[in-house]
Amino acid sequence: MGMAGAVLNRPRAVRAFKVLVAFMAFLPLAILLSRLVGSGLGPDPGQQITESLGIAAFQLLLATLALTPLKRWTGWVGWLRVRRMLGLFTFFYAVLHLLAFLQFILGWGDVWATFTKRPYIIAGFLAFVLLIPLAVTSTNSMMRRLGRRWKTLHRSVYVIVLLAWVHFFWQARSDIGEMLAYGVVVLVLLVVRVRWSRLLRAGRRGAPSA
Amino acid sequence: MLIKNSPAWALPENDVTPEAIYLNRRSFMVSALAASAGVALPGLLAAASVPGKELPSMSRPEMSTSEKLTPYEDVVRYNNFYEFGTGKDDPARYAGEMSVSPWTVKVDGACGRPGTYNLEDLLQPSQYEERIYRLRCVEAWSMVIPWVGVPLAGLLKRFEPASSARYVYFETLHDPEQMRGQRSLFSTIDWPYREGLRVDEAMNELAFLAVGLYGRELPNQNGAPLRLVVPWKYGFKSIKSIVRIRFQEERPKTTWELIAPQEYGFYANVNPEVDHPRWSQKRERRLPSGLLSPNWRETVKFNGYGEQVSHLYKGMDLEKFY
Repeated sequence: MGMAGAVLNRPRAVRAFKVLVAFMAFLPLAILLSRLVGSGLGPDPGQQITESLGIAAFQLLLATLALTPLKRWTGWVGWLRVRRMLGLFTFFYAVLHLLAFLQFILGWGDVWATFTKRPYIIAGFLAFVLLIPLAVTSTNSMMRRLGRRWKTLHRSVYVIVLLAWVHFFWQARSDIGEMLAYGVVVLVLLVVRVRWSRLLRAGRRGAPSA
Repeated sequence: MLIKNSPAWALPENDVTPEAIYLNRRSFMVSALAASAGVALPGLLAAASVPGKELPSMSRPEMSTSEKLTPYEDVVRYNNFYEFGTGKDDPARYAGEMSVSPWTVKVDGACGRPGTYNLEDLLQPSQYEERIYRLRCVEAWSMVIPWVGVPLAGLLKRFEPASSARYVYFETLHDPEQMRGQRSLFSTIDWPYREGLRVDEAMNELAFLAVGLYGRELPNQNGAPLRLVVPWKYGFKSIKSIVRIRFQEERPKTTWELIAPQEYGFYANVNPEVDHPRWSQKRERRLPSGLLSPNWRETVKFNGYGEQVSHLYKGMDLEKFY
């Protein structure tokens, strides 16, 4: 990686990157709060908040999934150092999104019917439920304790991202441009993942040394 | 079976007393004032944010609700008009790109006086009325809006509809150059936006053609220069920026029905008993709705206008004809 790489690999540079990413991950919430205070959320703030939190959770999930490919392309370890943090931010926004939906959109009424009858809600809720074990097992000690099973468990994130996208897509009314754009990102991330696991397996068969 | 079940807040229209009218007038003024005071730089901005010519009108208290008005700012800044984008603030942001003058309306189909009419000629002999109606969006929010306009029935009769005409079909302007939402490559709407009513629905005294709101000409984003207002139906039936009216025998296919027939029917009467497949219609958020004190209301069948319109649907299975 040359000179730039050497500088970037210093612990201080990685730490600074972590702080920057944490700052960026807080931005959606900060923007929401500032709009709330400045009453820039319009006459139906609950709706705006719920939507914004959901989009933030989805974007952070995509960002989390992009980190491993970024590491492979650039070789820089900094990407992986923020993976757990972004995963937990994803969960954080997902919790807020669910609470906002219950409070502002449902008003805690019709909860059972909503979560059993409406397909897009079921998809979103399933994505949320599947995120819980990932958040719970995100600690170092859990990683150690689960060993190889940790990786298997955390592969469910690919199911989660598909569910989250379906949850989003099924809310389209007439214009699906935004949903399709996100869909392309999801697709790219999945294709990259599948290709690597193929290459990896082929590599293992060819040279069973590692 | 139709059970009239009005909650306390839904005054039957003929019970509105002169005091209520007075109070209502006052609340109108208060909310207009509040709207201008709410702007960061009062004076200039407030004046600029309430554009449009004043429209003298005769108030129709017996046709109006006395509920608290939705502030002007919210009415003109938060709505759906997909011709300008799918965001709630897109219409306010982009509808200025549409020119509404001159404006013509093409009238055709089964009627004695078809033709292309200038808007001024269409409206010329009419005395404007002001009617304060509830508006219930299919997305489960609602507003109370003082419209200015003319009864639809009076206008339609001037075209001498034939006895064979059973439906009235409406169309919104289709002009991608002025309407950026129509330029979207990913829209599933087959423009122009289409709506329709049964002739007896169109002739109902509640059906209204609005040319203004809050005493002034309609802002473009609210459907200038001419829009339908059918308050007992979900908001999407109240088609905006109308350029065509056609009388016909067969039932027209409407835009939302074409996109998702299992979600949006031709009738689209407000009905808490029939859910939208994706959400419940039992309740609504009356806007503005605060965060800490959400303004929830039970949705009322026919949006509370059952007395005037329920006879139109006698014997119909409203679960089937949603």
